[in-house]
Amino acid sequence: MAEATETKTPLFPPMPAEIRNIRIALAVVITAVALYAPFYFDETNNKIISQALYLAIAAMGLNLLTGFNGQVSIGHGAFFGLGAFTSARLMADYNWTFEATIPLVAVLTGVFGLLVGFPALRVRGLYLALVTLGLAVLFPQVANKPLLKGDRAIALVQPKPSGFESLIDGLDDDQWKYYVCLVVLVVLFVAAWNLTRARPGRAMVAVREQELAAATQGVNLSVTKVATFAISAAYAGVAGSLSVMIDGLASATNPAAYFQLSIEFLVALVIGGTATILGPVVGAFIVVILRRNTSDLIEGKEVLSPAIFGAALIALVYLLPDGVVGGIRRLFARVGQRRTSYEVATDTT
Amino acid sequence: MQLFLEQVFNGIGAGAVYASVALALVLIYKSTGLLNFAQGEMALFSTYVTWWLAAEKDIDIVPAIVLSCAFAFVAGAAIERILIRPVEGSTHNPLNVVIVTLGMFLAINSLALLIFGTEQEQMPNVFPKDSYDIGGAALQKETLGLLAMLVGECAVLWALLQKTKLGLRLRGVASNAESSRLVGINTGLMLMLGWGFAAVLGALAGSMVASTRTGFDASLMQIILVYAFAAAALGGFDSLIGAVVGGLLVGVAQSLTTEYVTALDGIETVLPLGLILAVLLVRPNGLFGRRTVERV
Repeated sequence: MAEATETKTPLFPPMPAEIRNIRIALAVVITAVALYAPFYFDETNNKIISQALYLAIAAMGLNLLTGFNGQVSIGHGAFFGLGAFTSARLMADYNWTFEATIPLVAVLTGVFGLLVGFPALRVRGLYLALVTLGLAVLFPQVANKPLLKGDRAIALVQPKPSGFESLIDGLDDDQWKYYVCLVVLVVLFVAAWNLTRARPGRAMVAVREQELAAATQGVNLSVTKVATFAISAAYAGVAGSLSVMIDGLASATNPAAYFQLSIEFLVALVIGGTATILGPVVGAFIVVILRRNTSDLIEGKEVLSPAIFGAALIALVYLLPDGVVGGIRRLFARVGQRRTSYEVATDTT
Repeated sequence: MQLFLEQVFNGIGAGAVYASVALALVLIYKSTGLLNFAQGEMALFSTYVTWWLAAEKDIDIVPAIVLSCAFAFVAGAAIERILIRPVEGSTHNPLNVVIVTLGMFLAINSLALLIFGTEQEQMPNVFPKDSYDIGGAALQKETLGLLAMLVGECAVLWALLQKTKLGLRLRGVASNAESSRLVGINTGLMLMLGWGFAAVLGALAGSMVASTRTGFDASLMQIILVYAFAAAALGGFDSLIGAVVGGLLVGVAQSLTTEYVTALDGIETVLPLGLILAVLLVRPNGLFGRRTVERV
């Protein structure tokens, strides 16, 4: 690369104009679509889209941990569930409005993430994946008594708050819920974007690439890893909390449910693109669409639905080994004739 | 005492199955460095093949298992070549291959449902159903059979890996694929063989455990896989002995808690997972695992 010969290259060099223009146009279109979507779709589809949004938030949390920091977790369903149960319990027993439970859930799951993050310092790689797997499998059984009082489920129907009548009068219930999800998603994604481009984010990536080298450069390994774990758990918790609002239910009846959720987070992350900001959203939509639409694709052969989902996953990984967003980036790089060093720095190896 | 002994025996029987699946997981981990989530479902499919040969084609159960193992070997090798190899390797995101095994997990399970139906099936008995009496406690012949299967697997694996040229090549690829290629070993073929052997271990375990149950369906291997994960992590993921010890420990611990710890009624899975957590906190690479040395 020609730039490498220069004495000093800026960390984020200016993007080629074509790419910047495409990006700006894309951002405008996406914003418009996101704002208009709930009026275009019907109630069922709005619910599905909202599900994709909370799945995206959880996948983003996992992205911080797995994509940027390199700690693989297949147990984030446990944090998701903790968020869901806490919100549900607060709303059912203490008459909290849903929106008020979100900050509390974020703090609670963050603390819980800290508690898991400390032992996670000792185990790494595959072993960490298995310990977190255990967490997800255990969670519904252990949480059933204290959080669900042994009922195995809390069903809730929470209407939109009646406070700001004039502001949200025109919105139906499903539209209001969609916008709540959207706002939370945007706030959390902007936060994640800033985090990953700042000093802590670079520390996270350095730890992922080579722990010893990062440590010799003055990165505090323990603080970085544990803090990432806590933040990532908080994301999953908030997502779980949103799921209670969207689905109207927090349930521990299926013991494998939170394990399956953890898998969905990971799948959304990888097929969207690890260590990218938009990847989790793209991946979440792909997962939700695949999960919905494979169930009635072939008449009378519902058992085949997981097979189609599985085959689609394998095909996606084949065709786009660095995820959808990674694939688009490569396309952009070709358009711009060169890759910026920012893209090189965030590529996963 | 008698009840205690019986529980220990039952635990050993279950543990032999976990150990067998854990051996398969370790075999694949050692050669390719990845966790195969589809191991249980691959075993399930072979179990259905055994059942189909025995129940529908009227082949005796033992030759049926042998045929099914041959099928598993070929299928395992083919999966490595066709599905795993293209996404595996240092140039790819290591998570991609995890996604592929998860995709296989879903796909194989639903293919089995589609081909063999969703009803409970009965596998013909491999071992006699009666039991020996040891100090008043009943020792099922099945337990001995499962244990014999495990010992047999260990003996064959040991002989293969330590006493043959092929085993030397397999071990070479497991410890350093790059260098093995330089000295002329066909690493691709070795990986295919590794997956084939692992699939055979799974097929054996699946067929045997199905024959000891009153019926089996497509969920047979899922809980067994979780216990096998626990066993492999407990023993250390790069140790074959560890897998065996881990499997037996998990089996016995599970059977004893089910009997004696009423506080955990209905949530017995807490135990193996709690056990892994405790062991990994003290020994992060499992009981028999080797510490990885990092170079900058």
